[in-house]
Amino acid sequence: MGLRTPLYDTHLAEGAKLVDFGGWDMPLHYGSQLDEHHAVRRRVGVFDVSHMGVVDLSGPRAREFLRSLLANDVAKLAVPGRGLYSCMLRDDGGVLDDLIVYRRGESAYRLIVNAGTRDKDLAWIGPRAATFDVTVAERRDLALLAVQGTEARDRVAALLPAPEREVLLGLAPFGAADVGDWFVARTGYTGEDGVEIAVPAAEVQPLWASLRAAGVEPAGLGARDTLRLEAGMSLYGNELDEAHDPIVSGLAWTVAFDPVERRFIGRDAVERSREAPPSQLVGLLLEERGILRSHQVVSTDRGPGETTSGGFAPTLGRSIALARVPAGAAMGVSVDIRGKPVAARIVKTPFVRHGRALIPL
Amino acid sequence: MSDNLPDDLQYTKSHEWVRTLPNGEVEIGITDHAQEALGDLVFVDVPEVGRRVAAGEACAVVESVKAASDIYSPVAGVVTASNAALAGAPELLNQAPYGEGWLLRIAVDGNRPAAALLDAGGYAAYLAEQAS
Repeated sequence: MGLRTPLYDTHLAEGAKLVDFGGWDMPLHYGSQLDEHHAVRRRVGVFDVSHMGVVDLSGPRAREFLRSLLANDVAKLAVPGRGLYSCMLRDDGGVLDDLIVYRRGESAYRLIVNAGTRDKDLAWIGPRAATFDVTVAERRDLALLAVQGTEARDRVAALLPAPEREVLLGLAPFGAADVGDWFVARTGYTGEDGVEIAVPAAEVQPLWASLRAAGVEPAGLGARDTLRLEAGMSLYGNELDEAHDPIVSGLAWTVAFDPVERRFIGRDAVERSREAPPSQLVGLLLEERGILRSHQVVSTDRGPGETTSGGFAPTLGRSIALARVPAGAAMGVSVDIRGKPVAARIVKTPFVRHGRALIPL
Repeated sequence: MSDNLPDDLQYTKSHEWVRTLPNGEVEIGITDHAQEALGDLVFVDVPEVGRRVAAGEACAVVESVKAASDIYSPVAGVVTASNAALAGAPELLNQAPYGEGWLLRIAVDGNRPAAALLDAGGYAAYLAEQAS
């Protein structure tokens, strides 16, 4: 038996098909992964993401600590109520995790980390935080919901009293606020507008029920994966791992090289990689019939590469993938699908954003 | 779990069903259990008419949002028809696995199916055994 979120019984009652994800029993879908994908792209859906880790950091030197811990620079969070996407690196530049860091107060920050890496992350963060006298508190008392889709913010706002509703509707992208007992951020992992809400575990079931009563469809990890793949977003363990740095993983834009005097962990390795990256992460669109999957061999004019994630893109009606290929590879490639070479094309990601295809089909 | 197993069909342990047609040919598809386990089907590759297949040979591919699965011919023979509608509507395998979601028809060598096919009761027992 795996770990269970506070919504485990609710998922069963909703008819979820459960799968193991990072040691957690999580909903894969509630009947149709495709329907759930389309619901989020066209209207709104709710995901239980309580398996993810919530870690609060506080202390007068919290900012200084995070500026050394993370590849992106929390100095960009000039005022409380903002979030930032960042990688956390090893000394050799390998990605330990990708996370969102929110500034909640003058010296109070919150990290949302991946379920499969949370123990490793805490073991990495703990002793380093101690040297800055920063307090680390894992918040297992909180549950997390992601409400995503064009209608997401309106549906959530409608559950709130007027003053709090204004706060929620006033959030800019990557803005965050405490709204009563909730911590709400305008972030997500689908390529759609939406919010992620951390609530005390005891309150998550009533919140789920209110959202369902408001017509918000439940969506499982299957739809979450196809939505993030269409949005060109990385999944830790697929696109990201300790063997690759953020430069070769399509995340150079998340590494803050300025100011030059900021000595974050992994900086020297990442600077070397930036000068001559051996490989690159790209989007692939399959041009013939078939379905791309992860770990398929990609043949390019510069040598072989490999798909890191692949699947059917419901919004496009085509198969797409993310792939690690040699730097400078030409656009036309071929992918080995079950022993047969099939033509594919390197395309710019994201494939889809805000309900619309961004690539020529 | 689904227990939709028509009595007039035969089944394989690799989750195909086999229907013997009035003209002696057999029609092949995937079981309700298989479509449910696979999830939403998004791609189907069926063989060309006229292809000769051996018993146990992979003769078609169905791919869901989750995974690709080979379809094994339970009989030896020649493909006489394949379901062209599936290319544009793979969801028929989810919606009507024993009807509109059929995959292919085969004229069986010697006009009789291979042994080792299960009846509905035998397949149900096999599923129960696998689930336990």
